[in-house]
Amino acid sequence: MAYSFPEEVLEYVFAFLSSDKDRNAVSLVCKSWYEIERWCRRRVFIGNCYAVSPQIVIRRFPEVRAVKIKGKPHFADFNLVPERWGAYVYPWISAMARSYPWLEEIKLKRMVVTDESLELISKSFKNFKVLMLSSCEGFTTDGLSSIAANCRNLRELDLRESDVEDLSGHWLSHFPDNFTSLVSLNMSCLGSEVSFSALERLVSRCPNLKTLRLNRAVPVEKLASLLRRAPQLVEFGTGAYSTEIRTDIFSNLVGAFSGCKHLKSLSGFWDVVPAYLPAMYCVCSRITSLNLSYATVQSPDLVELISQCPNLKCLWVLDYIEDAGLKALSSYCKDLQELRVFPSDPYSAEPNVSLTEQGLVTVSAGCPKLQSVLYFCRQMSNAALVAIARNRPNLIRFRLCIIEPQAPDYLTLEPLDTGFGAIVEHCKELRRLSLSGLLTDRVFEYIGTHAKKLEMLSIAFAGDSDLGLHYVLSGCESLRKLEIRDCPFGDKALLANAAKLETMRSLWMSSCSVSYGACKLLGQKMPNLNVEVIDERGPPDSRPKTCPVEKLYVYRTVAGPRADKPDFVWTMDEDGALRLS
Amino acid sequence: MGLFSCLTKNKQIPNSERYSSSKSSSPINLCCFYYSHFQDYFSGQQAILHFIDLMSTPLLDVDGVGHGNATLMSSSASVDCVSQSGSGLKECNFLGLSDCSSVDSSAVSNVSVENKNNLNLKATELRLGLPGSRSPERDSDFSLLTSGKLDEKQLFPLLPSKDGICSLTQKSIVSGNKRGFSDTVDGFSEIKSSVFTEGKWMFNATGSDSGTPQSVVEAKLAGNAGLNVILSNNSSGAQPSMKKEVSTRAPKEGHNKMNGSNNNSSAPAAKAQVVGWPPIRSFRKNTLSTTSKNNDEVDGKPGPGALFVKVSMDGAPYLRKVDLRTYSTYQELSSALEKMFMCFTIRKCGSQEAPDREMLGENKLKDLLNGADYVLTFEDKDGDWMLVGDVPWEMFIESCKRLKIMKGSDAIGLAPRAMEKSKNQK
Repeated sequence: MAYSFPEEVLEYVFAFLSSDKDRNAVSLVCKSWYEIERWCRRRVFIGNCYAVSPQIVIRRFPEVRAVKIKGKPHFADFNLVPERWGAYVYPWISAMARSYPWLEEIKLKRMVVTDESLELISKSFKNFKVLMLSSCEGFTTDGLSSIAANCRNLRELDLRESDVEDLSGHWLSHFPDNFTSLVSLNMSCLGSEVSFSALERLVSRCPNLKTLRLNRAVPVEKLASLLRRAPQLVEFGTGAYSTEIRTDIFSNLVGAFSGCKHLKSLSGFWDVVPAYLPAMYCVCSRITSLNLSYATVQSPDLVELISQCPNLKCLWVLDYIEDAGLKALSSYCKDLQELRVFPSDPYSAEPNVSLTEQGLVTVSAGCPKLQSVLYFCRQMSNAALVAIARNRPNLIRFRLCIIEPQAPDYLTLEPLDTGFGAIVEHCKELRRLSLSGLLTDRVFEYIGTHAKKLEMLSIAFAGDSDLGLHYVLSGCESLRKLEIRDCPFGDKALLANAAKLETMRSLWMSSCSVSYGACKLLGQKMPNLNVEVIDERGPPDSRPKTCPVEKLYVYRTVAGPRADKPDFVWTMDEDGALRLS
Repeated sequence: MGLFSCLTKNKQIPNSERYSSSKSSSPINLCCFYYSHFQDYFSGQQAILHFIDLMSTPLLDVDGVGHGNATLMSSSASVDCVSQSGSGLKECNFLGLSDCSSVDSSAVSNVSVENKNNLNLKATELRLGLPGSRSPERDSDFSLLTSGKLDEKQLFPLLPSKDGICSLTQKSIVSGNKRGFSDTVDGFSEIKSSVFTEGKWMFNATGSDSGTPQSVVEAKLAGNAGLNVILSNNSSGAQPSMKKEVSTRAPKEGHNKMNGSNNNSSAPAAKAQVVGWPPIRSFRKNTLSTTSKNNDEVDGKPGPGALFVKVSMDGAPYLRKVDLRTYSTYQELSSALEKMFMCFTIRKCGSQEAPDREMLGENKLKDLLNGADYVLTFEDKDGDWMLVGDVPWEMFIESCKRLKIMKGSDAIGLAPRAMEKSKNQK
């Protein structure tokens, strides 16, 4: 072509592309577009920190401003991944410190972050703005002190659900007096008390503060003071709410809340005393997101609160809400999009609340925009699942956890194959599914046949044979993440669908029947996969090849076998030799 | 024929050598060498058919106990499911009905599944989906050759070219297909039963040393009205009795599994726990259990969920976390910690990389931990550090916030305080 756009113009056009998919497509058009695109890509998302190396990323995208990296597999949340497995962020930070001096954002999920890494971040990136550590671990409040003290332009510090070694609350006092740029602070996972006066001053001097999620240690009587200093807050998380009700505190709180005209999201509520809930009624009409999943409050009080929130889009709640409360929810909150119901007492043999499958059916019938569900319950039936599927074909995420493993349909004692089959058949846009209850291979046949947009599937205590796994791997075209535990899936389906694994981000199988021999074979055959055997009993070749491995984690990678494996992880290598870390 | 002789030679090789890591002299390599030459002599399809035929019957054991080394290709015309060596599995016929009692009445659904699937062969065929194998004859792919025989597959990596693999997979052998399919159904029962006898099936038994094949899953299953699809595929008489064993043991057993630790003798009313089930994050579990202690309304329930505390050790680079509720005595806790921190201690001693960790570790570690070198201490709710073991277990769990494995010298003076404290509390 004799005439083409000058590079600057193309670069300008590409800047409007925010989705990675679009950018990846653009970079495939021709070499010059590839070059232009890679120089102007500012955000990189790395879904698996071992799928690529920092060097490769930096080489291709030299001008990145924001990185998001995920580490451990999802089942690490449930203690299925042993400690010291990996996902260390330090190599990434040190590489980026050298090559991305203008880096502004680091978002990490399920990674091991040390104080050293935090200190390096705080000193290496002059314009650092956003630090989000989601479900991370390995650092202490000393690391937070470095961030507070050195990041002059920090906007967001979000520690959601990270496991921080809490040495003291002193870190907060390290924010300098002239530090005013804070927009979002989420310290809800921390235990220690921070200096309240330091917190008050921080809140006062940051006019752009929109999100403030406190930790448990901030008592209810101090909330009013904070709210009054930040009436522009959009998201607020309380501390512990457990002081005995006192009229002065209560009225103070009412006054403070009424000044917050922009509040949309509330969370916290640890140990909440129900009598304090009415203090928030004045903001309820604007509330779109409510996290009551730590509030051990009974159903009537919950209903009272929820009935005042007609614009509610997202509700996280404990099963104290019961079927009656869910019925109320379905009648008051017609905008509801996401519902998560957590179990208050998952380990007791008997149900402690009256929450059954009926609650979910009612919500599915009454809330036309419902698209995302996480539901823990103790009984389920095919009929209920079919009803839910028919009511809500627009479901995108459906995660059902019936607390008893392999519980059948409680009415008919049959497996729940038909019910879940209905879900995948009717909900054509379903992207995420978690199964539970008694399930045979048939449910996987349904999933393989219908769930064409399914991206993530979680399976536990289900299936009869390799056929189940084969259905899933051969049928689910969009599958990216598959995690399986305690299922009778073995070598055949895995090896027969080896090529499929290269199209996915990762596969996790624990307590299944995959033999060491098959893992070795898979590792040999598929050089673009890392086939990692996790076995705390010792080297796999000290047992017969037919012996099943404890845990298997397979992921595609361009970085080769990783060099930081602990002593209980083995990568199945191309040369067939057993390689220790 | 050269190939045949190589195969019959294989029959006599004992198991131990089978798994040896010697390379060029291994029987598999030898066979592949012959196979690749085979290809030169015959055109693709014929070669495979010949190869399969040659591999059939004479070499396979029909009487039930497989010698793993006997064959390299199992899918023969007459016998399915060749068992794996050393696991003592039975062979089952196509449909798995007559020879092995693998399908009992409660597994009617399985049989019907098999029947149905026999009719839908194409849709359900397993394929060897190797990279680059985009053959137009995909729908008549060769199903997986083996039925639980893993080392056969090592044939493939040694083939000289990918095309060799593809051609192998392209050609379908009808009987092979059917078998490959039912293999799956029956093969599972074998694998499962082999695993089951080892006490590992569906259990997160990281420590098979415990020897007790128990699981809450099994227990509960046995309790449920005979609906036991998983357990129904028994391939030997031993299975049903084991199932009964488990079911009678069920009510008394509760167990948590964490790094292969032992059973927890929780109250009979409380459910036994499986690691990571229900899938709730530690953060939430810990928060809820603390909340439920504080909240009067929730009192009286059988012990709340997990109680994770961090365990650190002087000189170790990492922390570990343990769930105190998975243990019921100090001994259990101590042995679990020993296992966890063994690696650190051994390295500290400067010992070389021990190939047999079990042999080296235990005795030495016990000496280390119980001797002058290390003691186990805990930080209680008041922030004081005390020696573990002075107070009753229940009291210890209530007050322990953190654990630390300290050097003996650092721990001097802790013991008396613990005693005083518990006296004061009484």
